[in-house]
Amino acid sequence: MDSRRSPARLALIAPPALYLFVFLAIPMGLMGLLSFRPALRGGIANFDWTPTLEHYRATFAEGGYTRLLWLSVGVALVVALITTALAYPVAYFLAFRAGRRAPLLLTLLIIPFWTSYLLRLIAWKIILGTNGAINSFFLWTGVIEEPVGLLLYSRTAVVVTLVYVWLPFVALPIYASLLRIDRSVLEAASDLGARPWQRLLRVTLPLSAPGVFAAYLMVFIPTVGEYVSPLLVGGSKGSLYGNIIEIFFGDGINWPRGSAMAMIMLAGVMALVLLIARLVNVRRIVEEP
Amino acid sequence: MTRGLLRWYYLLLLLLLYLPLGMLLLFSINEGTSLSFPLRGVTFDWYRSMFDNGQLLGAVGNSALVASGAATAATILGTCASLAITRFDFRGKGVFLLAALLPLVVPFIILGVSLLILFSALGVSRSLWTVAAGHTVVALPFAMLVMMARLVGFPRSVEEAARDLGASYFYTLRRVIVPMVAPAMLAAWLVAFTVSVDEFVIASFTVGRDPTLPVYIFGQLRFANRFPQVVALSTLTMLVSIGLVVLAERLRRSGPGEAKAA
Repeated sequence: MDSRRSPARLALIAPPALYLFVFLAIPMGLMGLLSFRPALRGGIANFDWTPTLEHYRATFAEGGYTRLLWLSVGVALVVALITTALAYPVAYFLAFRAGRRAPLLLTLLIIPFWTSYLLRLIAWKIILGTNGAINSFFLWTGVIEEPVGLLLYSRTAVVVTLVYVWLPFVALPIYASLLRIDRSVLEAASDLGARPWQRLLRVTLPLSAPGVFAAYLMVFIPTVGEYVSPLLVGGSKGSLYGNIIEIFFGDGINWPRGSAMAMIMLAGVMALVLLIARLVNVRRIVEEP
Repeated sequence: MTRGLLRWYYLLLLLLLYLPLGMLLLFSINEGTSLSFPLRGVTFDWYRSMFDNGQLLGAVGNSALVASGAATAATILGTCASLAITRFDFRGKGVFLLAALLPLVVPFIILGVSLLILFSALGVSRSLWTVAAGHTVVALPFAMLVMMARLVGFPRSVEEAARDLGASYFYTLRRVIVPMVAPAMLAAWLVAFTVSVDEFVIASFTVGRDPTLPVYIFGQLRFANRFPQVVALSTLTMLVSIGLVVLAERLRRSGPGEAKAA
């Protein structure tokens, strides 16, 4: 194609590349720089300072922060696990059992995901509150005598809410990977005497692994940095790592410390993404001749 | 048996997903200010009072402005990037694609604080412009996913014919490619718009004195007596975004090249 050498190529690449450089690469680079800076004196554009690892050291030295970091990672791992496990049977149903109605049933599933994120958090705040829907409903119907106080403002509330938020979205990549499976492979498994559950565990599940891992990451990544749902349904006991970063960039005003904490989170997320990318590839090599 | 079981599981999950949304709808037309049972009686006051609330209407306007700007920028940039990736070979293509899709795998709080750092380094005061600039970054990968899916399945023979007949690339782009992928571009725009309208985290770090709708709603959550109004407003925006998404889905599926795209 002669157009490969045409100026058209440059004209198409330059605007998005420039935009990403200015609004994605430079900001993240500045954040990285800031994390090595002793203090914010003299504005951000001031480069007259000696780099220090103090903020990284302080983050790890402060027991509370490392505890919250692990808690956030734990919450994200658990939320992603629950969500993926709950979504798998639905994706399976849509891919293999729903027939011609599958696209419609899939759309019905996704619609709640496209409603406002804040709105869905608010819904759970209403549902779980001490004077909220669950408590007031059961009080009203006489099932319970007094409100149960454990529902709202706990880490469990954060987990329940986030599972709800991500569930519809997660079925998508699993569904896509199930559709890509060659049906004759499944038939072959059955013909060769595999029982249905053997076929599911030994054939279907491994072949859909890329979709499952994609789904897992799609939940894990936003959850690990989550700070809004802890504010709304988690209360003071439900704070996560993201809340501390938010405080350092808000009222706490310690941007270098906040940057270091954000860099730690970023490094962790990227490590996990690379790990899972590696895992999926390894699986592909193992499973496919 | 598994067929029946799976179907019941699907229906149960669907019920659980819609129940909270249905409850919001219920409370948005409930007379009492406290969002709890028993329900008091039907009222549309919360919806009516929204239109007397100047701040709220202002926030809706701000969000519409920001989302239109971000969606337009993301669609144009995303179409350029998608054309470059699906039609040309160039050095650093992998890095380019990775960078464009990066916002999908970086927690938004990191994008938010890094943009905050950028704007204060540049001495740019925060406003709706800075929010739109940030939203363009996160809407771009969504626009690109829509456009690339379309362009991959789109027959090249037509644009090659135009080139063979002596049309310049830009003439072909303007007269052949853009008209043919216009439905996909509109779908990409709508998806980008929905992403921006709903985005809270990046907006909360880059917003100035004028709030976008999610930022305004978040601020109102502290006042219990304004809760029903917030719920009514959220219900309304929910219906609008559902409408937009259904429209985008239709557009994405329509237009020439469908057989190949599927």
